[in-house]
Amino acid sequence: MRRREFLTVPAAALGGTLLYTLAREPMRLQAQDGSVNIPLRFFSAAEARVITAACARIFPTDSTGPGATEAGVVIYIDRQLAGPYGRDKYRYTKGPFVESVPEHGYQGKETPREIYRAGIASLGGFADLAPEKQDATLRSMERTTFFQMLRSHTIEGMFCDPMHGGNAGLIGWQLIGFPGPQMSYRDEIDKHHGLPYRPKPVSLQQVVGHPVHGWEEEKDS
Amino acid sequence: MKTLKPVNVAIVGGGWTGLAMAKEITGRTSLSVLILERGAPRKTSDYAAGMDELDYAIRVRMMQNIADETITHRHSMRDAAVPVRQYGSFLPGSGVGGAGEHWNGHSFRFLETQFVLATHLREKFGAAHLPENLSAQDWGVTYNDLEQYYWRGEQMMGVSGKAGNIRGQKLAGGNVFEGPRMSEYPLPPLKTTYAGLRFKEAVEKLGYSPYPHPAANASEAYKNPDGISRAGCAYCGYCERFGCMIGAKAQPTNTLMPILAKRKTFAIRTGCWVRRVVHKDGRATGVQYVDATGEEVFQPADEVVMATFTLNNVRLLALSKIGTAYDPMTAKGTLGKNLTHQVGGASTRIFFDVPLNAFMGSGALGMMIADFDGDHALSGSEGIVRGGTLSVGTSGNRPIASWGGYPAGTAKSNWGSEWKAASLAWRDKVSGVGFTGEHLAYRQNFMDLDPQYTDRMGDPLLRFTLDWTEHEHRQRVYAAEIQTKIARAMGVKFEEAHPAPVKYNVVQYQTTHIQGGAVMGASPETSVVNTNLQHWDVPNLWVIGASAFPQNASGNPTLTALALTYRAADAFIAPHTSRSKGAA
Repeated sequence: MRRREFLTVPAAALGGTLLYTLAREPMRLQAQDGSVNIPLRFFSAAEARVITAACARIFPTDSTGPGATEAGVVIYIDRQLAGPYGRDKYRYTKGPFVESVPEHGYQGKETPREIYRAGIASLGGFADLAPEKQDATLRSMERTTFFQMLRSHTIEGMFCDPMHGGNAGLIGWQLIGFPGPQMSYRDEIDKHHGLPYRPKPVSLQQVVGHPVHGWEEEKDS
Repeated sequence: MKTLKPVNVAIVGGGWTGLAMAKEITGRTSLSVLILERGAPRKTSDYAAGMDELDYAIRVRMMQNIADETITHRHSMRDAAVPVRQYGSFLPGSGVGGAGEHWNGHSFRFLETQFVLATHLREKFGAAHLPENLSAQDWGVTYNDLEQYYWRGEQMMGVSGKAGNIRGQKLAGGNVFEGPRMSEYPLPPLKTTYAGLRFKEAVEKLGYSPYPHPAANASEAYKNPDGISRAGCAYCGYCERFGCMIGAKAQPTNTLMPILAKRKTFAIRTGCWVRRVVHKDGRATGVQYVDATGEEVFQPADEVVMATFTLNNVRLLALSKIGTAYDPMTAKGTLGKNLTHQVGGASTRIFFDVPLNAFMGSGALGMMIADFDGDHALSGSEGIVRGGTLSVGTSGNRPIASWGGYPAGTAKSNWGSEWKAASLAWRDKVSGVGFTGEHLAYRQNFMDLDPQYTDRMGDPLLRFTLDWTEHEHRQRVYAAEIQTKIARAMGVKFEEAHPAPVKYNVVQYQTTHIQGGAVMGASPETSVVNTNLQHWDVPNLWVIGASAFPQNASGNPTLTALALTYRAADAFIAPHTSRSKGAA
């Protein structure tokens, strides 16, 4: 087993309730000097740095509000790739692998893990480029499976339940006014016509009152 | 192979139809009934912790594991088929309750003309004016034959709605184009949202007849004739691809299983993958399956009922070498013919200037019109012979899938700051006027076994040969014009839809309405099962579900699949009436 690597981020940059939302492995979290070390499950620290930078261009932190960095999107992607999804446990992977028409979707043999590894390698020193250069690089690879996957995963990491590692501190849901999985709107559904109704967001764990594990935590059978 | 103790009835598949059949048989006879279900047990208390968009709506955790089994697809016989490697255009369920656990709850009756479609179209338009290679068929049963069975299904599920035709009397506020029903719906309609009200006002101005979607999501607390009580819908927005955490949405596990679980003549075995229906000299003798431990077993049975999803009903028949494979070149043979899906896809996007609070919703919550359904609005000059319904639905917007809606041109790219700003500005203001059309059956659209790709067990996958024709394209164009009219009347910003001809796409979700392949009918020359859903060649084999539909209607198939099942159950039970115990 390879030595576990860590992503080191300033505590203030993530959500705002980092220790709570990442509390799944609390022993490994170290909030020292205003920064925390998050154990990585799949990425190396260098790879995580590249993905963090790319996600920050896809869903930027700007005048309209927080983005992928604050939501911890890279942590979400790391966990997805480490779990069964990353190894294609839920995709039909018998051969032969034949390229087909676009209506048949991705027909390749490579797993999400392999697509990311190759994609990150192709990005090289991306994390150290100026933002305009980073955008131009991403623009040139928009049609690749890797970029399309990265873009989808960035949105997922922004707006998933925090148990998956993204949407830290419910920052994504706060950004868009999504209240999370609430038990009932029976008295609200036909009211508030034309007006915003924005209950305070809650996570699934808060709603059901006990920890809930994502599919990515499932061990291989 | 281990041989188990015989049972009277072995049912393959524990979804709506299999459990409904089991409940009727065990309630009205003394026969022993065993269900073999491939997936896992399920119950209402599992579902609150499943209100997670990522795992359940994006990664579709309640579906069959596609790594184990999928289908292959080709657009025509000239093309090579490739596997559907990840779920897209439809989502086969798995586990006790099947797709009936994670459906939306749309509960339509089909139009009277649907059941006699071949005859009706010839009479109305003339054989020479029908689409090329049309293989429309009459069902062999009529709407009137099914009315009592529809009603049984509606009562069992507690369907919420407003009748538009009671014993021939047309009633405003309901679907006035529907066949006559004997009674009002068991429950009043669900509540109406802002978007639904705006649609309703607009179509009324245009002279159409709006009505609320008939929904198996109970509008209020309900006790069905079996004594099963369920709560009213909470509008939480987690229906489609989720089990209902309070049991307000009718699901097999909250309607049929509570009754069956108490019956001593009933058993269900989960984790059992049926590979063959075993038969000899025109009689089914049982089923062969791999159990949860991986052991291959033979379960003898006097009667076998196949109640899996369309795909597996057809595949199991083919793998078991029962019936004659359909040949599209000669149009001879019946197994695999008349594969249909659903026509939709080109909705007109509408943009409100106020928020919709669309995270609230219910699976079958919406307003719709049937003014262009069937062919009652068609004269023959439109270039189509069947239409569909139009609606605005509010099934609950979840944050990942609903992110990124804005009028075309607002952002140049689909990532970056400008995209983020546009998506935030239009957040919760986007909806659509959608179309759900009938999909006609054609000679060239069919199912057979794939010659190359196999499932986890090494059995051939089912192969789809399926593409859209000019007729479906024209249906979309026809619908788009009406959608535009409605959007304009709604007084909202909208994008006119200009549907281009498209090829069948396995990537984009459409609906999980896959029909045909083991179609019902009055003659063994043109159908796999008779009107009681009994196999023509193997009379103690019953093949129930939407695989029996000769073509698809515009409405969602579940209620009709259930009605046909209740009718099949009556036929199944009739010879056993000496042992009958009365009501189910």
